[in-house]
Amino acid sequence: MHSSQRVRPRTVVLHVVVIAGALAMFFPFMWTFITSITPGAGFSITPRLWPEDASLEAYQTLFTERPFARVIANSIGLALVTTLAQLFTSATAAYAFSRLPFRGRGVVFAIYLATMMIPLQVLIVPLFAELKAFGLLNTYLGALLPTFASAFGIFLLRQAINQVPRELDEAATLDGAGHFRVFAQIVLPNIRPALATLTVFAFMSSWNAFLWPLVVLRSPELQTLPIALAGLQGQYTTAWDVVMAGSVVSILPMLALYIFAQKYIIQGVASSGIK
Amino acid sequence: MVLPTAVATPPSRTPARSGRNARRPRATIGYVLTVLAFLLPSAVPLALFVLGPMIAAAWISFTEWNLITPMEFIGLANYQELLADERTGEVFLHTIQYIAGYLPLVYVGGLALALALNRALKGRSLWRGIYFLPVVTSWIAVAIVWRWLLNPNNGVVNLALGWFGIDGPGWWTDPDWAMISIILASAWKDLGFVMVILLAGLQSINPELYDAAKVDGAGAWSRLRNVTIPMLSPSTFFVVVISLINGFQVFDQVYAMTGGGPGGSTQVVVQQIYDLTFRYGAAGEASALSWLLFIVILGVTVIQIIGQKRWVHYA
Repeated sequence: MHSSQRVRPRTVVLHVVVIAGALAMFFPFMWTFITSITPGAGFSITPRLWPEDASLEAYQTLFTERPFARVIANSIGLALVTTLAQLFTSATAAYAFSRLPFRGRGVVFAIYLATMMIPLQVLIVPLFAELKAFGLLNTYLGALLPTFASAFGIFLLRQAINQVPRELDEAATLDGAGHFRVFAQIVLPNIRPALATLTVFAFMSSWNAFLWPLVVLRSPELQTLPIALAGLQGQYTTAWDVVMAGSVVSILPMLALYIFAQKYIIQGVASSGIK
Repeated sequence: MVLPTAVATPPSRTPARSGRNARRPRATIGYVLTVLAFLLPSAVPLALFVLGPMIAAAWISFTEWNLITPMEFIGLANYQELLADERTGEVFLHTIQYIAGYLPLVYVGGLALALALNRALKGRSLWRGIYFLPVVTSWIAVAIVWRWLLNPNNGVVNLALGWFGIDGPGWWTDPDWAMISIILASAWKDLGFVMVILLAGLQSINPELYDAAKVDGAGAWSRLRNVTIPMLSPSTFFVVVISLINGFQVFDQVYAMTGGGPGGSTQVVVQQIYDLTFRYGAAGEASALSWLLFIVILGVTVIQIIGQKRWVHYA
């Protein structure tokens, strides 16, 4: 029998495999960054792990030859508005589905959930025609409106509100509070973790959204990062340093968000899987 | 009953019926207005931008339309044309090829990682964090990086293969390898997502089951087969359902890595919908294809929900 202090070979192997795998997973990110600081990286120049004449030239190209400052502002603005709108529409709907009984509520909730199953692709043509009719093609509003309500967000917040003890509402009601006050002063403060999860997910999905912004935002000065990035690839087919600099710019904010909100992101994903 | 999540208990069924009815307030005008005030902010956008377009898509699929000139009603002609066109079979075949490569890769990889990270491991949350990192990255950035890694000329992967004397393939420039390139990039991106779902599933397994299996003399492999895999089946089911839904809708990475090429070898269903609409001005046919895709996804999902009784064990 060996003592519990001894490191078992199996544990060592496990660590080595997990860490090697993590390094392999991380490598594409590192390579993106290294390429972005290697001037002229492309068909003739292959970046080295330690670039000899590292420079931020490629980033300069992004902000001088291409409207990347504007593109970043677009992405941030659209993501903020989408997030605020989804927090508002999800919280109000979730409150109704949890606390305001009415005839046919189950059916209405089922219809809401069904919208989660409808792929965006099915909606592309009619949405495009609809926004064209409203004169909203190539406008921020056109990109935003279809993202205002999210069945996922409503579902997430309803689960959270269902767990807020009803005694809390009832006590407030006895004090003369109506539904609006119960919602704002009792329910919302009690579902902060779920609101945080939704904030992160809404921001992330807006930041990374591709198909709809691609269809609706045509002028370069309105585009968001993923669209500008795809365009960059078409324009600088051999200048990989510029394309990779664009990737770094699009990845960094998500990386920051992820580091600060890892708990909420992982919880959000994990809880979606346990049924 | 303490369950890890509220989803497990259907909320509306357990309370006494009478209590539920008694609690429903009388439908005074004030109450109706309150309900509307809470519901309309979400109901209006969902009706205008999801349900309405959904119905409109069905209508458009019965017309000939190029998005500009007036629609012309042509009945089922778009569907007939799609079913007769061999490209329709091809785009579905390519989509299924994608799923067939992607799903096993991401599931087996995710399971192995989840099992490894479910143990006492130094720096566990850091490793978990790194494996999950690609999930928060945009598809376009991922697709572009992989195009660069798999660049046939001087991409890192072919350079590394060269060290071992292997002449790397043309990856996304070669019709035989383009779909494999997309599958590799996709599996890399989603591995962490599957891992986190399965890890949550593993952590909800009752440890007493393992103790009981050990008492019965079950080895590690037998415990994996007879305890872990069956107890993990709800999480596996979720991963399979979600992966198939997303798999049939695969688009971003295809658009950015190959645009459907080379030689149409990675033309998937959604890329075809996009091209029909915005390249060939065939919005009617695109809508018909969208509906076909939706019906296929719905059918596959319903079959899985019916079939789950045979293999999914809810504790």
